[in-house]
Amino acid sequence: MTLAWIILLPLLGAIINGYHAMSCTLRKQKVITGMVNFVGVGLPFIAFLIALSQGIPFILGAEEPLRETLFSWITVGNLHIEAGLCLDRLSTLMILIITGVGTLIHLYSIGYMKCDPGYAKYFAYLNLFLTSMLILVLADNLVLMFLGWEGVGLCSYLLIGFWFEDKAKAQAGKKAFIVNRIGDVGFLLAIFGLGVLLLPGISEGASIFNFEYIESKMSLIAPSTIFWMSSPIILTLLLFVGATGKSAQIPLYVWLPDAMAGPTPVSALIHAATMVTAGVYMIARLDFLFDAAPATLNVIAIIGASTALFASLIAIVQNDIKKVLAYSTVSQLGYMFLAMGVGAYAYGVFHLMTHAFFKACLFLGSGSVIHAMSGEQDIRKMGGLKKALPITSMTFLIATITIAGLPPFAAFFSKDHILWKTYSHGHTVLWVMGLLAAFGTAFYMFRLYFLTFTGKSRVSEEAKAHLHESPFNMTFALVVLAVLSAVAGFLGLPEVLGGHDWIKHWLNLGAGSAKAHSAHDHAMELILMGVSVAVAACAILLAFLLYRNGLEGPERRARAMQPIHNLLTNKFYVDEIYDAIIVRPIRSLSQSVFFRVVDQKLINEVFVNGSGKVLSWLGSCVSRIQNGFVNRYAFYFLLAVSVFLGIWVIN
Amino acid sequence: MSLAHYLTLAIALFTIGLIGVVLRRNLLVAFMSIELMLNGVNLSFIAFSRYLGDMQGQMAAFFIVILAAAEAAVGLAIIVLLFRRQGSVQSNLFQNLKDRIEV
Repeated sequence: MTLAWIILLPLLGAIINGYHAMSCTLRKQKVITGMVNFVGVGLPFIAFLIALSQGIPFILGAEEPLRETLFSWITVGNLHIEAGLCLDRLSTLMILIITGVGTLIHLYSIGYMKCDPGYAKYFAYLNLFLTSMLILVLADNLVLMFLGWEGVGLCSYLLIGFWFEDKAKAQAGKKAFIVNRIGDVGFLLAIFGLGVLLLPGISEGASIFNFEYIESKMSLIAPSTIFWMSSPIILTLLLFVGATGKSAQIPLYVWLPDAMAGPTPVSALIHAATMVTAGVYMIARLDFLFDAAPATLNVIAIIGASTALFASLIAIVQNDIKKVLAYSTVSQLGYMFLAMGVGAYAYGVFHLMTHAFFKACLFLGSGSVIHAMSGEQDIRKMGGLKKALPITSMTFLIATITIAGLPPFAAFFSKDHILWKTYSHGHTVLWVMGLLAAFGTAFYMFRLYFLTFTGKSRVSEEAKAHLHESPFNMTFALVVLAVLSAVAGFLGLPEVLGGHDWIKHWLNLGAGSAKAHSAHDHAMELILMGVSVAVAACAILLAFLLYRNGLEGPERRARAMQPIHNLLTNKFYVDEIYDAIIVRPIRSLSQSVFFRVVDQKLINEVFVNGSGKVLSWLGSCVSRIQNGFVNRYAFYFLLAVSVFLGIWVIN
Repeated sequence: MSLAHYLTLAIALFTIGLIGVVLRRNLLVAFMSIELMLNGVNLSFIAFSRYLGDMQGQMAAFFIVILAAAEAAVGLAIIVLLFRRQGSVQSNLFQNLKDRIEV
């Protein structure tokens, strides 16, 4: 039951806080903050401790996964689905990130959400988010994973639309939910496809969606076809559609920037510990399946690299502090998928981990800034905040350097591994795209830093009055995350720099990781490393020169490049394009065909009213028999009796 | 006299009664026709009872006699009331007792 407790504790927190929130709203009482804090932060923390105690053997080298079967979930014919949990090295890493970073974010939320009327509700949702993500990660079969997958979708909807009185925010929640749903269809179809392939030849009592079982049946899946196409390719493409939804890749990334409507710690949670990492984790978990589908891997690599570049370009011109970070997340997720696409699963997961640290730190830092600025998110109205927010600006700077990819901070190692793998895999174009994205990343992050924390203050007078550093529980989380994002990279210190590349050997994912090892070109790797550091340094220098003195110079230059600047500020018009080619046609189709014809005419007129009319017409026909002549009734009697007697006699 | 004679008479009585019920408009006559049908059935019961040496048939006949008496009491009361209302006991005068159809 130990593994189950990791999931059950946050769930318990969600139930207690949810009940408390509900009863408080109904009785119009004040929320008991102390209790909510204790439950909402304490239980995830205990879950973290349990996760740590369970994970330590794996960190120290244990290989045999820990399995727990909780109960038999679905049994139909010879289809068995069990609610089973499985802890191995990959999921150990994940649960430590989820519960660890998650707990820090919870702790931070105490300060951030202090005055919010929905305090208990907020913590209930947050705990439920952790629960869903832990189910997703610990599940030992696809169906249970899908439960967690849907759970995080639901929680993201609840939390993005947390301030639902504001219509725009409620709509952002809906957008996240609907876009995710599109991806989920892919995931679901992949599960069905696997069922179709595996169910006929199943042995008694086997659980077919179990990852282990699927892996053991790879010899059966690999040569088979679905609709004349190789089934691993179809299945992995469908799974990847699911991943693009959850992990915000082209073409389904549009929900993530809008998800900034939620409270800032929620953004941190979605971007760092939960939700967006789900797609990466799923691919790493099913590495054997993706290994069998090289075509899909190429698609993933191309999509990943394009997303990385595309999002980093958009991020350059955003003026909302959280929007910049949102696009940066999309871009970083692009790197992770690029890693997955070139078969470097372990590095993708490694980047996932470092990203969890620095992105959580950045988001919480931005939350701290927003908190201090009493809700202002526009970096054009900030500047010179370094003095007022020393700890925040320090931690923000560390995280910014990290994401920019300067050694020896974490993202340098993880991002460089990915770029090197891309290059050594022969994808030179993708490597260049990744490098350009790295340039963009370093540039927009330092633009953000300079505009927010240095230079002349552009803060309005009223905001200036209560500019203050955040309370201890908020800065504590920032410091921990900053330290982690600075040092976590050494887990993957590459061999060329005298390290052991511990994380890759430890995770040991995918077939490619073993054999690519031999084809190491140390000199080339060092040169590429130098190139990417130089690129990052150039970008930082450029950002420094441009934005050191505030906005006047850059704004003049932006006017000179009006068309490009417009294209970028409008995010390549992707939302507008989607609106024109998808949303509007669907809406007019629904309005003209489904509503007017199908609903009003077919269902309402034909089925509902029609069936009533037909029956009452039939009734009126039959009721003509009842004409009031008693003698005739007697005659009907006679007729009926003689018919029945006749039948009886004949038989 | 054999069983067949009795049964022939019983069928004759029953059929005359039946025709009377179906064809006659006068409720009082229809009522008497019903009595005829009952007695036709009674006759067949008693004939079979004698023929088979089983008293159950005669029991049934007694029941029918009692039932006919009760029916006569209720039925005649209804007919009297109907007569008071319309001044006649022609069945076609009471058509409006049927359920009204509204479509």
